Amino acid sequence: MFQTIFPYLLTGISVGGQYALIAIGYTMVYGILRLINFAHGDVFMVAGILMVYIVASGAPLYVSIPVVLILTALIGFVIERVAYKPLRSAPRMSIMISAIGVSYTLQNLVLYITGGLNQFYPKIPFISDSVTIFGATTKMVTVITPILTIVLVVALVLLINHTKIGMAMRAVSKDFETSQLMGIKINNVISVTFVIGSFLAGVGSILYFSNYTTVIQTSGAMPGLKAFVAAVFGGIGSIPGAVVGAFIIGICESIIKGLDVILMKAGLTKQMLGLATFSDAFTFALLIVILIAKPTGLFGEKITDKV
Amino acid sequence: MKKIVSLLIAAVMLLAMVGTAAADNVIKIGIYEPASGDSGAGGKQETLGVQYANKVQPTIEIGGETYTIQLVNADNGSSADKGPSAAAELVSAGVSVVLGSYGSGVSIAGSPKFAEAGIPAIGISCTNPQVTAGNNHYFRICFLDPFQGTVLANYAFNTLGVQTAYCLAELGNDYDVGLVYYFKQEFERLGGFVIDETFPTNTADFTSYLDNAAALGAGVFFAPVSIAYSTQIIDQAAGKGVDFALMGGDTWDSNKVIESAQGSNLNILVSTFYQEGGNAEFDAGFKAWLNEDAEAMTNNGGNDMIAAVSAMGYDAYFTALEAIKLAGSADSKAIMEALWNVDFTGVSGKITFNEIGDANRDTAFIKQADTANGVWAFVCEQSVN
Repeated sequence: MFQTIFPYLLTGISVGGQYALIAIGYTMVYGILRLINFAHGDVFMVAGILMVYIVASGAPLYVSIPVVLILTALIGFVIERVAYKPLRSAPRMSIMISAIGVSYTLQNLVLYITGGLNQFYPKIPFISDSVTIFGATTKMVTVITPILTIVLVVALVLLINHTKIGMAMRAVSKDFETSQLMGIKINNVISVTFVIGSFLAGVGSILYFSNYTTVIQTSGAMPGLKAFVAAVFGGIGSIPGAVVGAFIIGICESIIKGLDVILMKAGLTKQMLGLATFSDAFTFALLIVILIAKPTGLFGEKITDKV
Repeated sequence: MKKIVSLLIAAVMLLAMVGTAAADNVIKIGIYEPASGDSGAGGKQETLGVQYANKVQPTIEIGGETYTIQLVNADNGSSADKGPSAAAELVSAGVSVVLGSYGSGVSIAGSPKFAEAGIPAIGISCTNPQVTAGNNHYFRICFLDPFQGTVLANYAFNTLGVQTAYCLAELGNDYDVGLVYYFKQEFERLGGFVIDETFPTNTADFTSYLDNAAALGAGVFFAPVSIAYSTQIIDQAAGKGVDFALMGGDTWDSNKVIESAQGSNLNILVSTFYQEGGNAEFDAGFKAWLNEDAEAMTNNGGNDMIAAVSAMGYDAYFTALEAIKLAGSADSKAIMEALWNVDFTGVSGKITFNEIGDANRDTAFIKQADTANGVWAFVCEQSVN
């Protein structure tokens, strides 16, 4: 039984870790700006494309990985400055539409540059190698992802709880106007938020594309959407919530894809039921159920009306 | 300011009129192909075949006058909802005949636009029966899915000696689902056992499906999916070190597939329309063209391996020219009439159309990926017993 479920669990944990790294970007931006940054999934995809081109230009990996991460953080920073900052006092709907615009701009830019052809992500030694654990063969990255995710999340939580900028972030997310009055430079805080979010998306993209090596302009759409669901699921605005949500979604999705086989091996069903088809539908149905039962998500803060 | 703008507009309009007036001896052929999306890579290779053919034969003689053939491109984005607008674009450009598309779903989606305008279309590699069924304007020069599915099932059961097959298709993709259906029908008729599953669009993680196939003891993993998915499947299968054979339809016959399989020890088999070496003259000419045209080289995926769809694109162009010659005019209606009588031998074999508008084809080529050298190796010509 364990032998049957284990490979699916392994995939699920790995995918969950990658969703978690993207979901943090969604949840942090929402926490500070009350904005759902729809361009975040595309920043993730652009990080993948950058890696392809930088490695193709002949740069060794120990140069290209840091360069990709820095460039991705920079892209996040520039997007905020160009597309969101001028709309700071505009209604929230305008800034959201601006985010959708950025998303399409990035996708079409990549379509133009790559010509719509799928690009192969470079092989990174060690993490692209195959490894066998408890009889299940997988790539090393599958094992590394959850560990790295947890390390990064702990570091991020420490940063938020124990540094000056972290304190400023907490203050801004509690009350935007008051923190401004208290002398916090909110533009800096917001920029830092975008830089951290994009950096984590960059790390996520390295892990994700090492596992699923084809990058096209729509590669960011599905992981972005799933990560967004994970963020809402865990309670948008809460970092631990986003991480837990992402792992739950990753694991559920993977188990559903193999549910037919698991049920058959357990002797509960005699034939294939075609449940794999519903793996995505299940993810979104789960979101609906959670939102009905607990509208603020698993770890969401209570909404208090300020008079 | 306003005056300048209106003057400019007037000048541009005048130029446009002069442009159309000078274009008297031109016949336009529309290329209805994806240049982006999941099938972008395949669409571009198919277009390359047509472009090369146009380079080889850029003019045609009709009634003693020389006409220049002009190619008009429209990107259908590999998706059924973008197809109709791309088709409308070709119709309004005034094309006489349309070639394409790569992908049966988009071909079906664009078909009504061509029917309304009375423009004949020649499918190059769209293998789903519904493309040509029940209409008079859509023709095709390749074999069909019932044939291809049957051929592959025969090969898997008789030659590979596989008893259990695992089939995977993209949900809602006419090509994938159709091909799996015919494969399953034949494989079960032969006495084998088939498990089939579908995955949603934009899936990147295929490891669970590979695990399913392994857990069920499948001997062959048949996934006739788009190139973008096939490379994911191959890479993940290589990572897992699977011991079953991977099998694909004509879409898998791409250098992108070879590239992702290189260095692994996977057994990858595909059925296809054309085998490199089938026509030495075409092979040499096409390669020479790719090597001198950098953009063509990029569109072919960066090397000069010949995809079967390029050879098919080449044949489709000459089939269209043959019909224009028979019709003796650039009129769409006349070309549509003439297409039924086309009898032409191209690089991929003899092309004649049956009463549905499909080419009479009875063999497919089976190729195997030579993962050590990064090339396709010819296995056999397979027909249905």
